[in-house]
Amino acid sequence: MAKRIVIDPVTRIEGHAKISIFLDDAGQVSDAEFHVVEFRGFEKFCEGRPFSEMPAITARICGICPVSHLLASAKAGDAIMAVAIPPAADKLRRLMNLGQIVQSHALSFFHLSAPDFILGWDAPPATRNVFGLIAADPALARSGIRLRQFGQEIIEALGGKKIHPAWAVPGGVRSGLDEEGRARIRQRLPEAFATAEAALGIFLKALESHREEALIFGNFQSLFMGLVAPDGGWEHHGGRLRFTDSTGSVIADQIEPARYLEFLGESVQEASYLKTPYFKALGLPGGMYRVGPLARLNVCEHIGTPRADAELKAFKQMGRGAVTSSFLYHYARLIEIIAGLEAIERALEDPDLGSGDLRADAGVNSLHGVGASEAPRGTLFHDYTVDRSGLLKSVNLIVATGHNNLAMNRTVAQIARHYVQGDNIPEPVLNRIEHGIRCYDPCLSCSTHAAGQMPLRIRLVGPRGNVLREVVRG
Amino acid sequence: MAAKTLIIDGKQVSAQDDATILDAATDAGIKIPTLCHLGGVYDVGACRLCLVEVAGAKKLFSACTTRVAEGMEVHTDTERLRKYRRMTLELLFAERNHVCSVCVSNGKCELQTLAWQNGMEHVGYDYSFPRWGVDATHHLFGLDHNRCVLCQRCVRVCWHIEGAGTKNVAGRGARSAIIDDLKQPWGDSETCTSCGKCVLACPTGALFNKGSTVGEMSRDLNKLEYIVNARLKKQWIALE
Repeated sequence: MAKRIVIDPVTRIEGHAKISIFLDDAGQVSDAEFHVVEFRGFEKFCEGRPFSEMPAITARICGICPVSHLLASAKAGDAIMAVAIPPAADKLRRLMNLGQIVQSHALSFFHLSAPDFILGWDAPPATRNVFGLIAADPALARSGIRLRQFGQEIIEALGGKKIHPAWAVPGGVRSGLDEEGRARIRQRLPEAFATAEAALGIFLKALESHREEALIFGNFQSLFMGLVAPDGGWEHHGGRLRFTDSTGSVIADQIEPARYLEFLGESVQEASYLKTPYFKALGLPGGMYRVGPLARLNVCEHIGTPRADAELKAFKQMGRGAVTSSFLYHYARLIEIIAGLEAIERALEDPDLGSGDLRADAGVNSLHGVGASEAPRGTLFHDYTVDRSGLLKSVNLIVATGHNNLAMNRTVAQIARHYVQGDNIPEPVLNRIEHGIRCYDPCLSCSTHAAGQMPLRIRLVGPRGNVLREVVRG
Repeated sequence: MAAKTLIIDGKQVSAQDDATILDAATDAGIKIPTLCHLGGVYDVGACRLCLVEVAGAKKLFSACTTRVAEGMEVHTDTERLRKYRRMTLELLFAERNHVCSVCVSNGKCELQTLAWQNGMEHVGYDYSFPRWGVDATHHLFGLDHNRCVLCQRCVRVCWHIEGAGTKNVAGRGARSAIIDDLKQPWGDSETCTSCGKCVLACPTGALFNKGSTVGEMSRDLNKLEYIVNARLKKQWIALE
């Protein structure tokens, strides 16, 4: 008799989700689904608000990446005002985004994912977390927590607070960075570099003993999407969209983010609140694409800073054309931390950061505006339509985790097929399935514009839809 | 002008005979919470936050509209008054959609300040979540009815300081709303002089400068009193 296994809730990710594994009559995995079970409705209740309030409202979508929403929303506001923001404002926004990428990637690696490959898949779940990491290697855990703190302090130095700063606004930013703030950031850079380099060493060592995981955790062909600079370099805030396939060939390039709807479709799954975007020209399921660190490093040709470029070269050698294993998201994330630190180091020397010319002023000059930015988890779009007085008529948010929805489903199915035989699933196997999701560092609060902590449920479902087993954790 | 003597919170106070209890208390350094009161315009006793107890009377009196009387004994800070003030504040929060964290007046809002000063830790009433909109048709200012507490300070400054008579109140009870002229979009008003006094007078984030983002609205209420003093007393002295 066919069966269905349900993992509910999924742990150590941001948000609420569950996983269903479908077994056929022979007890083999026939399919698996990743369901996001939370809903918040930001797109709807923001209607009628002034566009100038949107950066602060949408920042409240998430406590981990409020900065990403703040910046994308401010950019959408810039487009509605149809202004070119002062150069200093753009540089300051970029600096905050770098702080955001460093803190979020540090959180993903040290707090959420590293416990699996440092403490081991088979470690007891009660200690297989950041507290277990603190017990096992206090120095490493401490340095990881401090790396995240470093990123958060950049956000605070610019925006006045670590979480939900209302600092980026349509037209620019509200304040610059004084010499004291710069000195504070500069002083902590050496420690941040040392932690990032150490984490790279740990991951590359772990990779040697995790060759199987690298082959099975979301290793498949797909497209990749990310922003790139005009010369094809790594981008995180400006630039235009590039799509590549898994051979590394560029299939669409230098696309103005405002045209995203010409290239991306959104479909709706019955079993999840998370929508499923796809590359329109290839339809479903061929239009599956991935975003985030893995995709950004796949679509870019260089990073532009020495340490990160050296690491990018090694990364690119792990694939034929493109790196296709989602397990290597972890590696890409660590390379991006180094890229971010180098870019921060460079940015701090820019005298423009102390400029007083930070905010352009204008009314509504365009009834439609799109803002795109690379959030830590991937490309984020805020798309607003306003009336003549600047009140929102419609809001469309496409969030990184949404882009990765199809790939996460595929990853869960791939891992389940490899490890699950019949309905007796040991806990470490469940954890491997969850880790498939953790590779993407999903933020379900953002992707459904919903909030919460992330417990995990896995359900095992028979061929007639009967739930045979349900494992709940968290 | 004759003076009256009275006792406020056990303190002997002397006041002019046309003074209100609020005036007398303020002069004596006794703070009574207010919301709809605004220096420079007449009082209407709308918000009920300045309610005080007067010895010998069962009912409560609004300090802003009750004149002092000889020998009056006033209590401004009793358990009963504290309870009613918290209730009043909770009802104000429950009536419309006050979301401080994303409001243009966050950190500078009189309603928010009163709530924490008076120990309002939560709202005990069900929120009514009414569907109110924003009028952003004026080229400089916006009116968000969600954040309006109907104190009518904007109406009073519009009529009695600016003299334009643009702002009014329409409707009854909880459905009352601030309107412009004959309830038309603010931007279409023929009487509005765009002076901005209503925006200065607003205690919450209901009236705001367009383009304001979270916590950016700061208002200098002294400007209103300065204009009134200049006009009525021929005094051009900036108030601290």
